[in-house]
Amino acid sequence: MSSLTALSATEIARRVAGRDVSAEEVTRAHLDRIAETDGRIDAFLLVAADRALEKARRVDADIAAGGAPPPLAGVPVAVKDLLDIEGLPTTCGSRILEGYRPPFTATAVARLEAAGAVVLGKTNMDEFAMGSSTENSAFKPTRNPWARDRVPGGSSGGSAAAVASGMAPVALGSDTGGSIRQPAALCGVVGLKPTYGRVSRYGLVAFASSLDQVGPFARSVEDVARMAEVLCGWDPMDATSARMEVPRFASGLDGRARGLRVGVPWRFLAAGVDEGIMAAFRAAIEALRAAGAEVVDVDLPHVSHAIATYYIVATAEASSNLARYDGVRYGLRAGHAHHLKHLYGETRDRGFGPEVKRRIILGTFVLSSGYYDAYYLRAQKVRTLIRRDFEQALAVSDVIATPTSPTPAFRFGEKTADPLQMYLADIFTVPANLAGIPGLSLPCGFADGLPAGLQLLGRPFDEATLLRAGHAYQAATTHHLARPTL
Amino acid sequence: MARVTVDTVDHVAQLAHLSLTPEERETFARQLDEVLTYAESIQALDTRDVEPMSHAVTSEVLREDVPAPELPREKALAAAPDAADGLFRVPRIIGG
Repeated sequence: MSSLTALSATEIARRVAGRDVSAEEVTRAHLDRIAETDGRIDAFLLVAADRALEKARRVDADIAAGGAPPPLAGVPVAVKDLLDIEGLPTTCGSRILEGYRPPFTATAVARLEAAGAVVLGKTNMDEFAMGSSTENSAFKPTRNPWARDRVPGGSSGGSAAAVASGMAPVALGSDTGGSIRQPAALCGVVGLKPTYGRVSRYGLVAFASSLDQVGPFARSVEDVARMAEVLCGWDPMDATSARMEVPRFASGLDGRARGLRVGVPWRFLAAGVDEGIMAAFRAAIEALRAAGAEVVDVDLPHVSHAIATYYIVATAEASSNLARYDGVRYGLRAGHAHHLKHLYGETRDRGFGPEVKRRIILGTFVLSSGYYDAYYLRAQKVRTLIRRDFEQALAVSDVIATPTSPTPAFRFGEKTADPLQMYLADIFTVPANLAGIPGLSLPCGFADGLPAGLQLLGRPFDEATLLRAGHAYQAATTHHLARPTL
Repeated sequence: MARVTVDTVDHVAQLAHLSLTPEERETFARQLDEVLTYAESIQALDTRDVEPMSHAVTSEVLREDVPAPELPREKALAAAPDAADGLFRVPRIIGG
């Protein structure tokens, strides 16, 4: 890695603001890194080099003109390809959006660019964010930088792999059931799913609207905190975005775990977790305890039903959201159908991959007449029970700790034939989406040479405590400093 | 509970405007049955007097009804596979 691609976002912004280095040089270094590395990783679906360099030069010109340097001055960012950027294609990892260029820019991206960040390109993902391995991309699989015969996790696998391999210091992803945290864990980087409503979903292609949330990847909690400061905040374009104060997350990081109550739901972790992952997790809990945190037992009696609940709620919402892909207003139009009904059927058959079809079928089924009460309505009630579990557990703890993923990165094809096994990869991440609470994944060592992730969950709109806890862990340990050799 | 058959998948696929191949129908029937069998665990929970949760946030979302510029028609039509006279063009809708 050139020295510029090894820098944190915090350090890049500081140096660009101080004119020690230009945003253009930083951008070029990362574009070079992509050119020399991405052939082996396939993290990017699109590299927007000219656009990036032009933006970078504008950041430099503004600073040279004496303007106050923005908080993310010259920080290169990779963007998951389900966040719209006007003028660039959005594929969402799907053939059905072929040729689509959105007429607007997602609020999350607009906020980053207004803060001086430079978008490098769009990253690979599972089609419509449905998957835990990025194998469901219609275009190509992304490889895990730590072991190229293994998946990077998903659905934001491209963003996680880009940050892990030094192609971008930070990236954007989205998390509906773990799609930021799980790939962050499998690729050995930090990922934050903010509280539902914290970050605007305007310009984010919808999967399951009551669960989707945009969030950042980085190589340290400090960088994630700086990204979150810019990303969070009310947006009139998203009716579910919250009118809540956004703290200065980064300045609240004091590296101290003293007084922090870490709840561990040991009973929930009793079965089905890989031994190496469990060993790394226990060591992480000990490190937090040694740093001064108080470790308490918590119980989450209903979370064992989270996967069942999630795959009913999420697919129901998806079947409704994905009804808009009909070959009429944008994207693919298949065949020469002579009747509108056939146009819909042929377009959707050719445009959607198997996992998307499977979930549309499941979601349509659970919403259909005769099954609605038994599945969808019941799942919504169980969702309430799961949220109550967290309310009670977070009344006696400040954060809850679990492994992020029950296993390290798996091999390509290992779970593709068995959808249920793939769904169970999300067992520790989906509860936070159902409850609407924030979650952070951070590297906590290795299992058989593959990254292990520590997940911390917090109270709604209390990302500040979550980030402080994560930062305290990183201040006491060195796992986040490990880098893959490529 | 319901066992998912090829006929169920067929019916649901029609509702969802998906044309599936015979192989897809069979695979999906088997896989969906598996997933729904797994999901049956929630049937055993006592959910009497539990309110369904549709969203994590129940904030005030009403605002003043102030007219504001929307996406201009040309921009909205620019991505259409087929457009004419300021409209999206589609094949026959009724009959046939």
